Amino acid sequence: MITVHDLTKKYARTTAVDHISFSVSKGQIVGFLGPNGAGKTTTMRMLTCFFPPTAGEATVAGFDVLTQPLEARRHIGYLPETPPLYLEMETVDYLRFVGQLKGLSGEELNRRVAFVCERCAVGDVKHKLMGKLSKGYRQRVGLAQAIIHNPDVLILDEPTAGLDPRQIIETRELIRSLAGEHTIILSTHILPEVEQTCEQVIIINKGKLVATDSVENLQARFRGVESILIDIAARTGAFSAPSIQERLEQVAGVSRVVCRDQQANAAVFEVESDKGRLVRGDLARLVVEAGWDLNELRPAAMSLEEIFLQLTGAESAAASTSATPENNA
Amino acid sequence: MRNAWIVCRRELGSYFTSPVAWLLVTLYSLIFGYFFWVYLQSFLLQSMELQMMGRIAPTNINEEIIRPLLANASFIGIFFIPLISMRLFAEEKRNGTIELLTTSPVRDMEVILGKWFAATILYCWLVFYSGISFCFLFIYGHPDWRPLAIAYLGIVLQGAALLALGTFISTLTRNQIIAGAGTFAACLLLWVFSWVSSFNPAGWAQVLAYLSIITHFESFGRGVLSSKDSIYYLSVIFMGLFLTARSLESLRWRS
Repeated sequence: MITVHDLTKKYARTTAVDHISFSVSKGQIVGFLGPNGAGKTTTMRMLTCFFPPTAGEATVAGFDVLTQPLEARRHIGYLPETPPLYLEMETVDYLRFVGQLKGLSGEELNRRVAFVCERCAVGDVKHKLMGKLSKGYRQRVGLAQAIIHNPDVLILDEPTAGLDPRQIIETRELIRSLAGEHTIILSTHILPEVEQTCEQVIIINKGKLVATDSVENLQARFRGVESILIDIAARTGAFSAPSIQERLEQVAGVSRVVCRDQQANAAVFEVESDKGRLVRGDLARLVVEAGWDLNELRPAAMSLEEIFLQLTGAESAAASTSATPENNA
Repeated sequence: MRNAWIVCRRELGSYFTSPVAWLLVTLYSLIFGYFFWVYLQSFLLQSMELQMMGRIAPTNINEEIIRPLLANASFIGIFFIPLISMRLFAEEKRNGTIELLTTSPVRDMEVILGKWFAATILYCWLVFYSGISFCFLFIYGHPDWRPLAIAYLGIVLQGAALLALGTFISTLTRNQIIAGAGTFAACLLLWVFSWVSSFNPAGWAQVLAYLSIITHFESFGRGVLSSKDSIYYLSVIFMGLFLTARSLESLRWRS
């Protein structure tokens, strides 16, 4: 649905996007991840034909953005970082205007306007001036205008920026529900958002493509040390977390054991082992032979946040390690 | 062209839902009404004096009232034109709505034509209000309507030409005040370019005088539909819109 090949954008002195290539197939949700100023918006603007690339090519729905911009735009719904609203217009007039701009008319226009009002839950502010809408409603009206012509491709630039937590959840759900019928690219610098909404992730930093993969693969790829969470409970009364920890540390191949959670007769430990060493079997045997209950034994997935920090800069490595406990807990 | 009409309708809508259009028409009517009253009073006084001296009063309302008034109307116009055109693109750039227009399946030229046309319609609407004053002349006197109509055509053409320039200047900045001030300066300069030729017969002064917007209004003001002057206005419109298109295009390459 979208193919990007060696796309480059140079400004007067800086290179905002530097030879990036990726492709997105139909119906996917792709997260476009990067720190501020990484070139996310620039890439999206090239895809939406807002400005042309300096070099390289991109096609959207089979149309080249440089040579067939009008056809490409017909297949794109775009929500810029700030929703492009005319504050002196009423919501419904605005949606009608956008619909007409995208080529809808007559009965079809009425139908689509009614549909997007319902889909994006903006029906109750239909006749309000948009200047009086709250940030959350503005964002939803922005989404509504992006999908009004039922485009094949949706390009959303930080769709949840500036919303309150409930609105963020609602917007994410809305976006997820739009997948399937639309191919979606959304940019964000919020990592859990990608983990929760996207199937694929493209990470860029300083204009360069750092990684592109499915969310699961990325997590697997960047698990530096094998990290295992193990939940142990005592069968009988005697239970002392430090002593258990000590015994876990004695298992061959284990490099570090951290107590994550401790209750009266149960505890959760995170066990780190050297990469490639299979210690799970030994751990399980130890627990069972010592007469404890093994409630859970699972690999601790690395959160995207850590991957992101690892990929996008050495200077954040320190932050990455200090952030680990909260993120994995 | 359908798209240009869509843009134009939205643009007019935003002029009229905000107080802009209503404020402009009030001020324009007020100022024009004052001019009308002054000219009418001096005309009445003059004809009364002449009658008392026993001479036949000069009853050419066209020459005495309509012509100078419309010359003034075209001058008042240059104060209002920047106010109309300054927001056209500057506001879109500031609000980010320009991203909607430039990522929709619409040609740049359609957007430009729509916006310029909306501004011209608003200007016509202002000028139309000055016509109300002239109705009184038709009630109490017998002026010739043909020169009046041609003078109005001149005013509208002049307005459309300056609005095209204003549209161009509006694409250069995201600040409406800068756009307005720039447009006003351009209008005023085009107005006074003709002054050079009064003391300098050199070739460049003649060129400057030709470029002046006022020298081309004279024939319209006299009630003469001159093709030379019409072509001047049309070419200014063309140039203004052409520059706007290039400026929007450069925005895409630069920004």
